[in-house]
Amino acid sequence: MITTFKRIVIAGFLNFWRNGWLSTATISVMMLALSMVLGLVLLSVLTESLVGNLENKIDVSVYFNPNTEEGEVLKVKNDLLALKEVKSVVYVSRDEALARFKEKHKEDTVVLQALEEIDTNPLEASLNIKAKDATDFPVVVSFLEGEQYKDLISKVNYYENKEVIARLTGIVSAIRKGGAVASAILALIALLVAFNTIRIAIYTLRNEISIMKLVGATNWFVRGPFLIAGALYGAVASIATMLVFYPFIFVLSPVFARFFPGTDLLAYFTQNFLTLWFILFVAGIVLSVAGSVIAIRKHLKI
Amino acid sequence: MIVFENVSKYYNSHPALDKVNLKIAQGEFVFIVGQSGAGKSTLLKLLIAEDKPTEGKIFLDSEEVTAMPHKDLPLLRRRIGTVFQDFKLLTQKTAYENVAFAMEVAGRNKKEIADDVPQILQLVGLEQKARNFPRELSGGEQQRVAIARALVHQPDIIIADEPTGNLDPLNTWDVIRLLMKINELGTTIILATHDREIINTINKRVISIDKGKVVRDEEGGRYIL
Repeated sequence: MITTFKRIVIAGFLNFWRNGWLSTATISVMMLALSMVLGLVLLSVLTESLVGNLENKIDVSVYFNPNTEEGEVLKVKNDLLALKEVKSVVYVSRDEALARFKEKHKEDTVVLQALEEIDTNPLEASLNIKAKDATDFPVVVSFLEGEQYKDLISKVNYYENKEVIARLTGIVSAIRKGGAVASAILALIALLVAFNTIRIAIYTLRNEISIMKLVGATNWFVRGPFLIAGALYGAVASIATMLVFYPFIFVLSPVFARFFPGTDLLAYFTQNFLTLWFILFVAGIVLSVAGSVIAIRKHLKI
Repeated sequence: MIVFENVSKYYNSHPALDKVNLKIAQGEFVFIVGQSGAGKSTLLKLLIAEDKPTEGKIFLDSEEVTAMPHKDLPLLRRRIGTVFQDFKLLTQKTAYENVAFAMEVAGRNKKEIADDVPQILQLVGLEQKARNFPRELSGGEQQRVAIARALVHQPDIIIADEPTGNLDPLNTWDVIRLLMKINELGTTIILATHDREIINTINKRVISIDKGKVVRDEEGGRYIL
């Protein structure tokens, strides 16, 4: 049993080595398939960061009447936080709003003079609300429009921004859908390429398979070395793919950063190098071993 | 004991074998003769279950080869050493490894392999070519590797399809003498050949096949077509 296993493993390595050209060809095509897988992972990183960026920009502010006590505002904040739709609430006090306003308009003397003329703080305290999902805003807004808060709230800036929010939400979901479709296509290509490569590799060796069977080898004795060689294809292809991707990402990362602000593909790639390689390693081995099992089946029927 | 019972094999409704009935006892030495396409190779193929007959049954001892489940075929094939007409050597393995493969398949241990393979290679005169791949060997040398592979695990039966077709007369007689010696030790030998001289000299049972039918079956027969 152990001898048989050892013989199978050795035969696998020998097959891999002696069919040098076939192995090289198979590995290079496997690399294409694994590039699809890696591209799929990186694409999802990009879309997630893009979507995250956009979603962070979507918020609703609720302004309170000037005479509202801070305690009451904070109570509303807590009520909001109790809602499951709400992601975060940031309280901006009247003083803080004034300080921000001044900072923003510090170049604009007319505005600052006007502010001094008034002599009081005309700005209202506000709560800045972010929802877990942009489509949840109507729920949050209708909650704020309830009877209990009627006297406190002067304005909710939802309706004027509603269209912008709807458009952003639309873009976000379009990106997500597009990403999912692209991922599915990439995954399908990877699967087809890997399977067919393995199939062709095994097809070229079909005579060897039938000979082994006619000499009295069991199915496993024939199949085993092919699975070992297949696993080697996957493992080598995964390492090679990572090494080939590195310079590309090095060059392309700044370009992506321009289109997708806040993403650093290179940093992501280097920090997650081992994880990404492991994903490719597993994908490569699973694809080629599964491909081998399926492809070899029909040649074993002798 | 090998028994063919009313065995027919059709390829596209053309009969390659037509209602063949045969009995070959353990330890017999049998020639199968016939023109190309007469059905010799088909007969041998059916015996190792490389192909299934369209009709009829084939028995090896008490087991019905034609009804054997797929998973039992390896055991059947290990009992039979086959020298194929087209050699069927594994191109990715050396001469030594090709011969050793038959023993590995049968689960023989390392020592047995290391002892027996060089010996059998010497017997067929290929000890110098043990490390060569089939593509580096001549037709005759490849044929001798195929013979060595069929003999090495000491099967009960040896089937040889034109095993001397690519050999010069000297080598031919070496191989035939080798097969006769193995036969004397109790191994059944079934030899398909065209070689009139061998058949007429050796004086063993001759089964003649023509157009898929057994037309003559004589002990100590002659080569007549």
